[in-house]
Amino acid sequence: MLILTCPYCGVKAEETELAPGGEAHLKRVGPEGDDQQFEGYLFARKNPKGVHFERWRHAYGCGKWFLAARDTNTLQVFGTYKAQTPYPTDEIVAEIQKSRPDWKPDWSAAE
Amino acid sequence: MSSPRSGRYSVFAIAREAFRQHQNWQRAWANPTPKDRYKVVIVGAGGHGLATAYYLGKNFGITDVAVIEKGWLGGGNTGRNTTIIRSNYLQDPSAAIYNKALQLYETLSQDLNYNVMFSPRGLIMLAQTEHEIRGYKRTAYANNLQGVKTEWIEPKRVKELVPIINLDGPRYPVLGGLYQERGGTARHDAVAWGYARACSDMGMHIIQNCEVQGIETEGGQVRAVNTSKGRIGCEKVALVVAGHSSQLADMAGFRLPIESIALQALVSEPIKPCMDVVVMANTVHGYLSQSDKGEMVIGGGTDGFNNFTQRGSWHHVEETVRALVETFPMISRLKMLRQWGGIVDMTGDRSPILSTTPVGGIFVNCGWGTGGFKAIPGSGWAMAELIAKGTPGPLAAEFGLNRFREGRFIDESVAAGVAH
Repeated sequence: MLILTCPYCGVKAEETELAPGGEAHLKRVGPEGDDQQFEGYLFARKNPKGVHFERWRHAYGCGKWFLAARDTNTLQVFGTYKAQTPYPTDEIVAEIQKSRPDWKPDWSAAE
Repeated sequence: MSSPRSGRYSVFAIAREAFRQHQNWQRAWANPTPKDRYKVVIVGAGGHGLATAYYLGKNFGITDVAVIEKGWLGGGNTGRNTTIIRSNYLQDPSAAIYNKALQLYETLSQDLNYNVMFSPRGLIMLAQTEHEIRGYKRTAYANNLQGVKTEWIEPKRVKELVPIINLDGPRYPVLGGLYQERGGTARHDAVAWGYARACSDMGMHIIQNCEVQGIETEGGQVRAVNTSKGRIGCEKVALVVAGHSSQLADMAGFRLPIESIALQALVSEPIKPCMDVVVMANTVHGYLSQSDKGEMVIGGGTDGFNNFTQRGSWHHVEETVRALVETFPMISRLKMLRQWGGIVDMTGDRSPILSTTPVGGIFVNCGWGTGGFKAIPGSGWAMAELIAKGTPGPLAAEFGLNRFREGRFIDESVAAGVAH
């Protein structure tokens, strides 16, 4: 059972209390974007086997969207942080590198 | 090359081996060391990969083929599904490829001389909401136009076909169903084993415990795959790896519109025969059939979040079983024997991808999501044509990667719900 701490209300919520929302930190493509950019924005997910940043909603709690850093292979949770963050915070990155020293952040958008 | 129709598993062979205490049965397929180079390398020795290899040999005469597999043959989703076979899809491209698969399943045991235990016992998708009634009637009309025989049946007929069902609800009443008489099940392992033996007989190499660690390209063209058993040169590569498609595509330098999640299933202790059709209840994300051993095979829902853990989660088991107990009260006292998960590859429109890729010579067959087993022969048939000719044939044409850029989605999840 996956347990995430809601960064807004501080509740340790288990997965039935939460609604998953897919990959986080996607850059919205504007009206000037071409077909390839829209395809990347809509569909080309990173789908890593390892560190993944994702959106969650505390659906049966405070109702707010937040973000989580999690390993998709081991289900290890590195931490959660508020949704109003363009990139994962330094604390989250440090927490990931504590158990995965080789891991490097990659904030590139999909193509 | 011995014919796959040779009498290796004849009644006489069984009698002969009985006198030898069954100590002289030979390997069904060879266990070769990889050559330096093949014309075609297929990554993934599950049902889809092996079927692709088989039809490459059978339909196109291409036998310089290696099927390489990280683990063991048929050990991924091929060995983890609930073995349901049907072709009652709404959209024309899906109906075409799944129905091709169903037709090939009907004669697969004869074609491979290997009993895949195809059992066309009939399949009902229950309508438990007003929306499903409309949806399934629409599917039945579409199927009639596509030449796929399905029909809408009323609750009374559902009860005749499935005496153990409770129609009255109250939470999930049975309001009718979409019935496909020719749907059913097959033995999943036997499908992989039968194809593997036939491929091996054609001289193809099936190489297990051989993990792909890199894909070598030069000038936008594939040159080789680097594996845990060394470098294997090749002209063409087919990636047929379901849940790990994104990882293989990453090695080749492109992205796929895929997310990997766990789908789970469970089986009960064996009981006497009580249900001789397959019943799917998509509203409650559960489906039920009885195996030849007597176990009730129950398929559940997917996890909501990306993961590569082949395990599933208890609350999904609870949801599925809780709902099924209302519809099938007699299973309430059954003990569950096993529960397991597999990693399924979900695409943006929940339909599969059979396609060329940005890298020349690399082809992908993935995105079958929660419903790959039923498609194995049709998928292999269409994929073999794609690899042999370099361009998709009529079955694969609509399933190209470019549909995500062009907005030509095959919007099947509307019809199929989650149990797919």
